Amino acid sequence: MLSWSIRPIAELVLRNVRRQPATRLYPRERRSPFPRTRGQIAFRIDDCDFCTICAHKCPTQAIVVHRIDKTWAIDHGRCILCSNCVEGCPNGCIRLRNEPHPPLRAHEILTFRKGYESPPPPPPVTVEPPTAG
Amino acid sequence: MANTTLVPFGPQHPVLPEPIHLDLELEDERVVRALPSIGYVHRGLERLAEHYDFIEMAQVAERICGICSFIHGQGYCQGVESLMGVEVPPRAAYLRTLWAELSRIQSHLLWLGLAADALGYESLFQHSWRIREQVLDLIEETAGGRVIFGVCKVGGVRKDVDAELLQSVRQRIGTIRTQFAEITRIFTVDPTIQRRTRGIGYLSPEDAHHLGAVGPVARGSGIARDTRTLGYAAYGELDWEPIVEQGGDCYARCLVRIREIDQSCELIIQCIDRMPDGPIEVSVKGKRPQGEALFRLEQPRGEVCYYMHASGKKNLDRFRVRTPTFANIAPLVHMLKGCELADVPVIVLTIDPCVSCNER
Repeated sequence: MLSWSIRPIAELVLRNVRRQPATRLYPRERRSPFPRTRGQIAFRIDDCDFCTICAHKCPTQAIVVHRIDKTWAIDHGRCILCSNCVEGCPNGCIRLRNEPHPPLRAHEILTFRKGYESPPPPPPVTVEPPTAG
Repeated sequence: MANTTLVPFGPQHPVLPEPIHLDLELEDERVVRALPSIGYVHRGLERLAEHYDFIEMAQVAERICGICSFIHGQGYCQGVESLMGVEVPPRAAYLRTLWAELSRIQSHLLWLGLAADALGYESLFQHSWRIREQVLDLIEETAGGRVIFGVCKVGGVRKDVDAELLQSVRQRIGTIRTQFAEITRIFTVDPTIQRRTRGIGYLSPEDAHHLGAVGPVARGSGIARDTRTLGYAAYGELDWEPIVEQGGDCYARCLVRIREIDQSCELIIQCIDRMPDGPIEVSVKGKRPQGEALFRLEQPRGEVCYYMHASGKKNLDRFRVRTPTFANIAPLVHMLKGCELADVPVIVLTIDPCVSCNER
């Protein structure tokens, strides 16, 4: 009775022993995202005319656009990847990338500013060796 | 008269994925009365519909529940479309059917895994979820999200699925079906499962009808009650019959869900073979919903009703959802009377309680 009762599951388990594992060794082996996966919102400021349509269409108010300061900011922690902004953007500045956004370590808002150039790296600090006397 | 003991069951319990509380009145080990109480995950989403734009609300409706997400979005969109007098193109209706059936398969496989776990069958639990993972991959590949599909919108669907991807889905659904057949055999012949489920939690067809059971609970008691027979989306054009089992016990409800997975695979293959060409959405610009109506859809757990009232504004005046779990709580309380305490987890699980839907 016992040998018969465990037969179907035993067969399945034995067959699976010979198969490849169904899981991945995650941190070492990662699955590439599918082409359609909603990963994160990517923004390109060059063509943006700060019309604020994206900010109005955002259901979670994750996007904040400032017309006068010419800034465009997104809070990736609030974004639900609905792609309303992608569909609403008249200039095609916003698109949806398939790589997921890396986990945020703190609450941060990514801000873009028109004509902003990153500052030059600070000059290396040289310290004169103390002179004797 | 024997002394009665009051045993609280839930809201935190190993078999419950979501919080529901039952006060069980016991005489020795036998349950004489069960008193359910709900309200642990209420979020007030129905009230949000009175503030949100009716187009944005489709995304909120999809977030009512994580397991039945697509069908909530579909029900909301179909409701608003009919209040606006818009008819979606046939391709959109077929795509909605395809995604709704994928959603049903993943929900039932999730349930089968949880049921196996509740019965103490952990290897079967892992096998069910291994197959479910492949279905989730199909969902992500076609829609873009694993849990929240995000493809249903008022007026149609957001994404089209090209012929190549459809053929790939068709082929992989065939593979999933073969793998699932192995598991089905264990569920149907294994004596451990039979002993834990046969004759447990019996619900007669009359009781199921009078208590208003829906979905697999009603169909497991021999009532052919399936809202898909109304023919919404593309169901009117596909060849299928509601699945009915006569047992009325936990085993019959388990069998209904197993057979429904196979039926959903068949419906997906039919959908892909008969997929019409054409646009996937119609423009709803400038249109506003007006009037009052009630819509019914079939979720994995049973019939869900949406009541909507709109008066031509940008938001709905009233939005109300009657979910299948709410309808199935009355039959659950009836089933629990007279059962053993050890059988309570299995009986509670066979109604497939989805508490997030239930409390919104």
